[in-house]
Amino acid sequence: MTELLKVEDLRITFPTRQGPREAVRGVSFTLGRERLGVVGESGSGKSQTGRALMGLTPPPGVATAKTLSFDGQDLRGAGKRQWRALRGRRIAMVMQDPKYSLNPVMTVGRQISEALGRVGGLSRREKRAKALAMLEAVMIRDPERVYDSYPHELSGGMGQRAMIAMMLVPDPDLLIADEPTSALDVTVRIEVLRIMDRLVSERGMGLIFISHDLKLVSQFCDRVLVMYAGRVVEELAAADLASAKHPYTQGLMRCTPDLDHDLRPLPTLRRDAEWAK
Amino acid sequence: MTTPFEPQPFTWAGRRAWLLSEEPSSRRQARLGSFYRGWLALRENPLAMVGLAVVVGLALVAILADVIAPGNPRMGGDLRTERLLPPSAAHWMGTDDQARDIFTRVIHGARLTLQVVALVVATATPIGLLVGTTAGYFGGWVDAVLMRITDIFLAFPRLILALAFVAALGPGIENAVIAIALTSWPQYARLARAETMTIRHSDFISAARLQGASSARILWGHVAPLCLPSVVIRVTLDMAGIILTAAGLGFLGLGAQPPEPEWGAMVATGRRFIVDQWWVAAMPGLAIFVVSLGFNLLGDGLRDALDPKAAR
Amino acid sequence: MIEVEDLEVAFGRVKAVRGVSLRVAEGESFGVVGESGSGKSTVLRAICGLAPISGGRVRVAGEELRKTARSAEFHRSVQMVFQDPYGSLHPRHTVDRVLSEPLAIHRFDDREGRIRRVLEAVGLGPSFRFRYPHQLSGGQRQRVAIARALILEPKILLLDEPTSALDASIQAEVLNLLDDLRARRGLTYLMVSHDLAVVAHMCDRLLVMSQGLEVETLTRDALRRRDATQDYTRRLLAASEGYPAQETP
Repeated sequence: MTELLKVEDLRITFPTRQGPREAVRGVSFTLGRERLGVVGESGSGKSQTGRALMGLTPPPGVATAKTLSFDGQDLRGAGKRQWRALRGRRIAMVMQDPKYSLNPVMTVGRQISEALGRVGGLSRREKRAKALAMLEAVMIRDPERVYDSYPHELSGGMGQRAMIAMMLVPDPDLLIADEPTSALDVTVRIEVLRIMDRLVSERGMGLIFISHDLKLVSQFCDRVLVMYAGRVVEELAAADLASAKHPYTQGLMRCTPDLDHDLRPLPTLRRDAEWAK
Repeated sequence: MTTPFEPQPFTWAGRRAWLLSEEPSSRRQARLGSFYRGWLALRENPLAMVGLAVVVGLALVAILADVIAPGNPRMGGDLRTERLLPPSAAHWMGTDDQARDIFTRVIHGARLTLQVVALVVATATPIGLLVGTTAGYFGGWVDAVLMRITDIFLAFPRLILALAFVAALGPGIENAVIAIALTSWPQYARLARAETMTIRHSDFISAARLQGASSARILWGHVAPLCLPSVVIRVTLDMAGIILTAAGLGFLGLGAQPPEPEWGAMVATGRRFIVDQWWVAAMPGLAIFVVSLGFNLLGDGLRDALDPKAAR
Repeated sequence: MIEVEDLEVAFGRVKAVRGVSLRVAEGESFGVVGESGSGKSTVLRAICGLAPISGGRVRVAGEELRKTARSAEFHRSVQMVFQDPYGSLHPRHTVDRVLSEPLAIHRFDDREGRIRRVLEAVGLGPSFRFRYPHQLSGGQRQRVAIARALILEPKILLLDEPTSALDASIQAEVLNLLDDLRARRGLTYLMVSHDLAVVAHMCDRLLVMSQGLEVETLTRDALRRRDATQDYTRRLLAASEGYPAQETP
């Protein structure tokens, strides 16, 4: 498998009054053109990891790594220009809530065209055609209407599709999706996932899917990283999740209620200070 | 029962740990601890500390005026030999046209200034808070009525309205205070209303209502404490304006009356000699400037420390 | 215990709930499931007076409820736990203040003992008593919110997505706590959630809602058998199985 992204010993530090606090402590992984799930609970550092890959660690946080290379380019200490050339064009990100990640005062169509503008060399007409084609690709039945509407005029599922369209239209090599479906209703969630799945496999993109939902990730991804307290505690193929070794992964698998089995009381996680070491 | 866990041997480190404890064991410790955290945040801002020093200095000067400057601020010396003397060792800030020591007058003027500020704050803040939270919480016609009244007050420029009041009530420091208070509360009401509107639909207010809490209890126990920080910040920033308005009224002869050592009135008398005896107007002017700046710096610092929205 | 007949809730011209009926017996745990905009939370809010009842009848413990006004007696017997543990606690009130206020409002005696016991009941030690919300984790906050709901010793708890803002492992703890409290105190639950699995775990019967209308009422066993009569319920069931294995196009 060709190596698209290589991360070695990624650390993200935030200064606090009690001294620096590490949110991510030595995360390493490689990614090919595959679907990688990153799972963890709140505070596990999964979202910070995703942001760091885009060079979007919020200040005053600082991200450092031994290796952070994307398609052969060293991203450590990449300047603003280098990041601009990558972000949106070669690495794209879909966030949790389309309400906050789409510009509220610009029509969806303009935002998609703008994403295309970064690629360059296209006339207005071509851009519009491409944008409409993309909206159609994310299963929007009425692309013309969506193209001309503002984000608040769209439902959550529609907005998230538009967001995905916008992110995928420049044909990136890597898509980072941070809880892309958590704000959506369950029935819409499946559709959005299916769209993402299809586009990613059709175009041979790498996908990093960040989620708190272990079950969903195991069904959707090829490989899973389980994070706990800023570390990867287990890395395994999604198919092997049932035979996970780490007690944290096992606990996460078991603690959600299940329609078919009546476990009472629900098994809870007994956190071990060892895991965070 | 509150466990009698008091700070052990009295050390600074021990007290600090007690205050910053994540597991306070009494109401008092929890409250003091939260104050202490605010203080720590404020202390990180050097300009705010300068402002605080000025404000504390003003208070100390006002309290200790008789000790610092034992002379009589209203009575002058020999009119033939001690009129309009430049600053010297004997008269640090020189003397004015009545042969009074300007330093003594400025020091005693701090009392008047502090009085004005304290009275305005003590009247305008609660009124603004009450009107604003009530209007914001109840909404509907209550909001409409209260806010239209507020609008009427806001429609006039502050100094003009104060002038009108003083003109109607007669000049004097008390009337100046009333006039300034009447012109300050509408802004606090506006602010408190806006804050209230953002929190009135929050779950913790709903929870309090479900507990059967009366509207008065919710307003004072739940809503007002959350509006207070932004109002306090605003009031502190306004202090400079209050001082300037008081000084302005004094300057126009509508505030404190001579021979009261009010800074604004002093600047007004100094105006006549501004070219040859600059110190008569400059010294009280300097005092106004320093104190206003102090309040502004403190207000800015408080905003950084208290207001979560402005936080990094 | 709770009888709702043809409930309608209107905000201005928008009808959030358009005719919903449900009955909850004493000691029963009843669930309401639906997606966003289904009006499920509005049903709860209408019962406790946070949203106006604009049509139909609502009776709780024999008391006929109107519009939004509720008696002190109602507040003592019906309490609610909200979805967002970060928004449901006053940021400047300590746990102690949160718990003692309802006692003061209703003039309960032995406040010290009650606070201590309720904290223990929700699995928080006395060391939590004087903390502010920002010193608590999400799960701990939700425990405090449950303690606040319990301190007046109500008979009915209205649960509005009590665990959907929590991590899965914390959700399990809170669900166990709620289960346990119901068994020990004989409480009646009316729980709203978007998560079928959670409702199936917690509730004996459930009502499926969509766009302000009721779709159908099911028992837990019917749900397990996938015995839904309505199309919408079937879709909901299918979706909650997670992401289906790829069918190659």
